[in-house]
Amino acid sequence: MVVTVASGKGGTGKTLVATGLADVLSGEAGSNVQLVDCDVEEPNAHLFLRPQLHRSEEVTHPVPQVDLTQCTFCGRCAQVCEFHAIAVLSGKVMVFTEMCHGCGSCARQCPEGAITEVPELLGHLEFGRAGAIAFAHGRLEVGQALATPVIRQLKARALPRAASTAMSILDAPPGNACSVVETLRGSDYAILVTEPTPFGLHDLKLAVELARDALGLPVGVIINRDGMGDAGVESFCAAAGVPVLTRLPFDRRVARAYSEGQLWTRVLPEYRSQMLEVARAVRSLTEATS
Amino acid sequence: MRVVVTAQGTDLDSPTSPIFGRCPAFVFVDPETMEFEAVANASVAAGGGAGIQAAQWVVDKGAQAVLSHNVGPNAFAVLSQAGVAVYRIEPAGTVRQAVEAYVAGRLQAISGANVASHTGMSGMGRRGGGR
Amino acid sequence: MKECVVLSGKGGTGKTSVLAALADLAARDHKLVLADADVDAANLELLVSPRLAERHDFVGGRVAEIDPDLCRGCELCLEVCRFGAILDGEGLRVDPVGCEGCASCFYSCPANAIEMRDRLSGQWFRSETDLGPLFHARLSPGQENSGKLVAQVKMAARLRAASEKADLLLVDGPPGIGCPAIAATSGAQLALLVAEPSVSGVHDLARILATTRHFGVPAVVCINKADINLTQTERIGEMCSREGVPLLGQIPFDPAMVETLVRLEPVTRAAGSPAAEAVRSLWEELRPRLV
Repeated sequence: MVVTVASGKGGTGKTLVATGLADVLSGEAGSNVQLVDCDVEEPNAHLFLRPQLHRSEEVTHPVPQVDLTQCTFCGRCAQVCEFHAIAVLSGKVMVFTEMCHGCGSCARQCPEGAITEVPELLGHLEFGRAGAIAFAHGRLEVGQALATPVIRQLKARALPRAASTAMSILDAPPGNACSVVETLRGSDYAILVTEPTPFGLHDLKLAVELARDALGLPVGVIINRDGMGDAGVESFCAAAGVPVLTRLPFDRRVARAYSEGQLWTRVLPEYRSQMLEVARAVRSLTEATS
Repeated sequence: MRVVVTAQGTDLDSPTSPIFGRCPAFVFVDPETMEFEAVANASVAAGGGAGIQAAQWVVDKGAQAVLSHNVGPNAFAVLSQAGVAVYRIEPAGTVRQAVEAYVAGRLQAISGANVASHTGMSGMGRRGGGR
Repeated sequence: MKECVVLSGKGGTGKTSVLAALADLAARDHKLVLADADVDAANLELLVSPRLAERHDFVGGRVAEIDPDLCRGCELCLEVCRFGAILDGEGLRVDPVGCEGCASCFYSCPANAIEMRDRLSGQWFRSETDLGPLFHARLSPGQENSGKLVAQVKMAARLRAASEKADLLLVDGPPGIGCPAIAATSGAQLALLVAEPSVSGVHDLARILATTRHFGVPAVVCINKADINLTQTERIGEMCSREGVPLLGQIPFDPAMVETLVRLEPVTRAAGSPAAEAVRSLWEELRPRLV
């Protein structure tokens, strides 16, 4: 099964939960667990799992290249490009590849067949293992804007394993926009990590709206840093019928382990049974809805 | 001779616009006669690449100089490739004041873009895009 | 008028809390305009008690639609679409979630059966606050084009800042380094990077620093919760001096940050708070660079 760990707000503990879950599951007999870090803008899970990476792939997308010997400067390519990645001047064609979405419309519509498409690097995928955990992540090239194709490709390459894993855990990017949708799509369950503050509540509402209401996924909440802040998140979950899977107390030792890049469920084994409980709850809630 | 001024409105007394690609209107002015033609900017709502689209359009309309506050690097690249000079309006004022300053030689020609690229980067579609 | 964007790379480092506190100080002597460019999770409004003044629909792009009466079922659209957005069931139709809005199908259709329609993707707002006007937005959940919405919010804020002759435009940026972060950064004269002393914080700071450099925006750094991990705080200090980026402030971990957040006010309102004190000295460092 595929479980995505998401949160509207950044910094609530997505990576903490995702790596902790993967770690405790990998400790179970006959486990088969996978972690896929889909936050390709700022991938972090590898800092805690320290996987041995044994394979790397490039993610590219096709961008136009104009053969000026065949071009008549008619301007058709610039006209059909919805993203305005092409400008045609007299005797010159300028292509702004960072604006290009790789749709191929320009090449298809060019009356002279003067446009060919060539690959441009968007990012890298890396695959490896961290102990018993199968690991994969993507990395967007600095200066590139298109995160979603990197996520799409990452999932396509990493998730065929999912059918055979007990659990594939996807660490989502923060926010509620397209890259999060790309990560959530096709998941069996969404764990939404939040913190008990007005910021946490505000963003949790948006995340529930997206994962449960728009995408129709079963969702559960983990309240991180429980004990600080206020009770707004608890009341919202009760009123919205969203199960609270667990509450992780505000614990300076967790913050410390996390800030050092240590795997908190190793340093503080007293949390292992709590995280295993979360995994069990997610499994039974998923079965209940499927 | 026609210069074009990025503007917030459609006459000579409109305030100038601090942006190029998504400025509300372009006012084309003949500096000798002060005759003008104002056109609402179709690129305001562009999915992405508003600067490139607007620059292409300004070139196609035959402007010989652009007077603006900020021109992004993509738009600047198109304008300079097409041989259109770009002048920085400073201080902000009306379209008329900008053209008068240009005629008096008080505006500085911009030799490189003064706004980072991707000002209006978008069209970063949900399926193909950033977030 | 200067424009300063607050960024972090990593989410949850305290960007919005720091910005609200800085705004609270800056507004005492200067004319401010605020923009929240984190349009998929806009939080600044929670700390500045906005009074809504304007609301506008946001068109995030276009989406293809097939007219079943005109469609001859040739399936050329299916062939040209690279985003898997044409569904072939009982007749051809467009999956609006998958549609990129590239119009490739529109230009290819021999029967002119496809139309490109505006896609309503959210709303943007102008509110008035005691600190100055706030421009903010809400992207509908899961919608595309947050970079364009960021650009829209910033443009409205800049126009207002120009017409009011404001001294400073403060922009709350989104996390990450992709399209919305790029759109938020673009055109700013200064980027304030709020870092967190953790291995992920350091890793992400390096990436956002590379991004601001790529787009030619000078950056300065402040460390939030600096005393949580002094080793990592030191690493950030070393990175800053290696990269020639000024480290302008260190804000200690302070329960007053959360206490004031729960009361929906900036930390500068907490009397005797060490974090508030640190933001004050950060502002004294920033002020000569901005106003």
